[in-house]
Amino acid sequence: MAVTQLVGAKIHRREDPRLITGHGHYIDDFTRQGTAYAAFARSPVAHARIKSIDVTDASKAPGVIAVYTARDFKGQLAGTHPAAPAFVAEKKYVPERFPIAEKEVTYQGEIVAVVLAESKGQAADAANMIQVDYDELPAVMDLEKALAKGAAKAHSDGPDNVCWDFTYTPLDLTEAAFKEADVVVKERILQNRLAPVPMEPRGVLAEYEGFDKKLTLWLSSQNPHFIRLFVSGALGLKESQVRVISPDVGGGFGSKISPYPEDYLVPALSRMTARPVKWIETRTESIQNATHGRGQFYDCEVAAKKDGTLLAMRVVQYVDVGAYHGTFGAFQPVACLMAGGGYKWKGISARTVGVLTNRVPTDPYRGAGRPEATHLVERMVDLVALELKMDPVDIRKKNFIQPEDFPFTQNFGLVVDSGDYEKALDKAMQLAGYAELRKKQAELRKQGRFMGIGLSTWIELCGFGPSAATAPATGGIALVESAQVRVTPTGAVIVYTGTHSHGQGHETTFSQIVADQLGVPMENVELRHGDTAEGTSFGYGTYGSRSLAVGGVAISKAVGKVIDKGKKLAAHIFEAAEEDVVFEHGSYHVKGSPDKSKAFGEIAFASYGMGLPEGMEQGLEAVAYFDPPNLVWPFGTHIAVVEIDAETGTTKIEKYVAVDDCGNIINPMIVDGQIHGGVVQAIAQALYEEVVYDESSGQLKTGTMIDYLVPSMGEIPTFIIDKTITPSPTNDLGVKGIGEAGTIAASVAVINAICDALSPLGIKHVDMPATPDKLWHMMKEARQ
Amino acid sequence: MKHKVAVTVNGRKHEHEVEPRLLLVHYLRDVVGLTGTHIGCDTSQCGACTIHVDGKAVKSCTMFAVQADGRSLTTIEGMATGDELHPIQQAFWDEHGLQCGYCTPGFIMAAAYLLEQNPNPTEDEIRRGLEGNLCRCTGYVNIVKAVQTAAKTMSGTPARKTQVAAGGN
Repeated sequence: MAVTQLVGAKIHRREDPRLITGHGHYIDDFTRQGTAYAAFARSPVAHARIKSIDVTDASKAPGVIAVYTARDFKGQLAGTHPAAPAFVAEKKYVPERFPIAEKEVTYQGEIVAVVLAESKGQAADAANMIQVDYDELPAVMDLEKALAKGAAKAHSDGPDNVCWDFTYTPLDLTEAAFKEADVVVKERILQNRLAPVPMEPRGVLAEYEGFDKKLTLWLSSQNPHFIRLFVSGALGLKESQVRVISPDVGGGFGSKISPYPEDYLVPALSRMTARPVKWIETRTESIQNATHGRGQFYDCEVAAKKDGTLLAMRVVQYVDVGAYHGTFGAFQPVACLMAGGGYKWKGISARTVGVLTNRVPTDPYRGAGRPEATHLVERMVDLVALELKMDPVDIRKKNFIQPEDFPFTQNFGLVVDSGDYEKALDKAMQLAGYAELRKKQAELRKQGRFMGIGLSTWIELCGFGPSAATAPATGGIALVESAQVRVTPTGAVIVYTGTHSHGQGHETTFSQIVADQLGVPMENVELRHGDTAEGTSFGYGTYGSRSLAVGGVAISKAVGKVIDKGKKLAAHIFEAAEEDVVFEHGSYHVKGSPDKSKAFGEIAFASYGMGLPEGMEQGLEAVAYFDPPNLVWPFGTHIAVVEIDAETGTTKIEKYVAVDDCGNIINPMIVDGQIHGGVVQAIAQALYEEVVYDESSGQLKTGTMIDYLVPSMGEIPTFIIDKTITPSPTNDLGVKGIGEAGTIAASVAVINAICDALSPLGIKHVDMPATPDKLWHMMKEARQ
Repeated sequence: MKHKVAVTVNGRKHEHEVEPRLLLVHYLRDVVGLTGTHIGCDTSQCGACTIHVDGKAVKSCTMFAVQADGRSLTTIEGMATGDELHPIQQAFWDEHGLQCGYCTPGFIMAAAYLLEQNPNPTEDEIRRGLEGNLCRCTGYVNIVKAVQTAAKTMSGTPARKTQVAAGGN
């Protein structure tokens, strides 16, 4: 059977026909007979003691079934919200978190009561009638002030506001290098707080069947198995009593990883009332309560020689943890471990400080720690180049880890698996026309115009596992990935993966891999995910650009086991030795006799029949787990060219070039799409987006899409994108992740371009977002 | 007090008694049962709920159901003819104009109206014309391409045949 090579080809996505015709299944498209609707009353203030809650009017409102406060859930929900160790093994103070506040609210939007009613509208109406008497407390908003002695506390019963203060490598490690330096450059670099804003808000539909003692939860999640683990634990159920179904997911970007208060409260309500209960988040609830990303600042120092040799770095990261420790909030300090970027350093001193405030918790947001690392190192390298009057290209090339250095053990003991950084840089420079751009810049500068060119020679680590690193980070469960491959008697192949696509197209790419490996047409392969009742006993989910590099490899391993069993059976049928049987192009034959072959489907059918080899069980299926030996390490170069309007401070991106390397590519169309989207999210951070709270009251000022500027296509340029391909030695497919690369790379390309543009005015550093207003003021001040 | 509303949706007549405050988008999703029209923002920024009302693109969260009384509505479910995709749907598929797909119905409906008004738009006209719709996944690059491709197909220029490999559907 002639089958087209699918891996590496642009294959149309299988998920699209339903999505482009309005037949997708997102969380709000589900309902159950007899559903009751929940609406939450949330704190309008950032920090207060709850004096009393009066639900009298709300309880009497039309359609209301009942109103509940914290006390009602005490016997229903056990334990506190999980806080994974992640990259900070020791914490100072992790506040307890119950899904609904009882005595004290610590951020605007925290749940204080819940209404259950016959319709959505009735529930929302009644929630507005709940009267809460708050005794307001000072809101902790500023990280530095929060760390001062005697500062107001984010939790009034906490010792202070220090969630963690962890030193990875001490200051004296870099003392000698700083002594021998010709130049030392210092900067404070801010990371604006961001709202992930997936287009589909979150939602939960829960149905507890009391006589069976079984809970079915439909929710929009990147990792349904982890939700099953957390929710079953909190409700005192066995994991086998809980089924989590995450259907089509309308984007996540990290905000649909951790469990949320509503994920516990809605199923508890279903159990309490013996009715299915549904809640769908509004956009304001989403911006107010879904975990935020970034929200950090860094104090950095870099020591270098006058020839541009980088010597050492000192970095202290300050993370705005928010009011509670996000489940994976301590992942963000990975920025410290990645602060060296793609360069060689004698030493890096790094410390992270997590500060509790009265804002919504922070958690991983696309890139999580790696965009921050890229931003700081690429910014600092540019500042050194500026100080030494070197071209930003030259200082990078001088300090890159070289191809022959891989595998390269970096300053924190992580082993960078592969790379060729200069190759990607050269390709990007060529595509951008770097030399001509510099000439053009010189001409425009003579005319008083502000054009800038910004580089980002980024690297990242992704594809979490391996087990040795991740089991301690989650508190015990290693981030490996599972797969099950089942072949039916007629040769249909059903593949189950523990990852779960939220736009990445796994139904397509994973099927490409399986179809190629089995040599069967792609329509014979079906991928299933997102339902904990199907497939392996545990799945690990989609985040950290891990689905292909861990989950895809697990699938490939399971397919390998199926092929091997088929080979044993084929050998038996051929009356040949197993080692003489060859499997190629979808069929088995004995070496040297390709004319007498058995197609994979025929072997599948035979496996359900009689006369199998002695000791062989019927059926053709396999389970595999893949524990990767290392992380994978994509890289690339992005170049942004901007011009800043001297009159208005508006930045226009004139050109954007991205050359990325994610190893072998399964579907180039999907890889390009991931780059496009990731780059735009980072451009948005650089120029537009910021979650703003009132600094004194803690009121959220950007609670709708009117105030929180998610860019439209009118703001965004088109891109020039290309690849280099350096296969990863870490897995058999040679693949690396690409889901976060664009976001990791792009913010600093834009900001470096802006700084380059404004350097004639003596402006060295600009923080994000570089809004017209901010730039206009900086330019005005610089001219005075 | 409930009000009577009679509308034609994708060629089918519907009559219901609804609350006057019911938004058209909620009417379509919860009463008529067509869930292809999505809700993404509550403040009329995102355009995920875009439909056609008497042939014009409208964000269906900006109208009450009662205001649609007597009107003819088209939703994303009404764009394909049987199994045959509308050229804009086909172009979104061909050009990878969607990832999570949540904003896609709104984009397709807005693009259909744009191309009706301006069958041969420049890239800039597409970007200005569709800036009332937000997408968080695609970076818009392939949405612009999809609209350009659809414009070519619909104006009779033979569309580039996209290679669909075996099994790619």
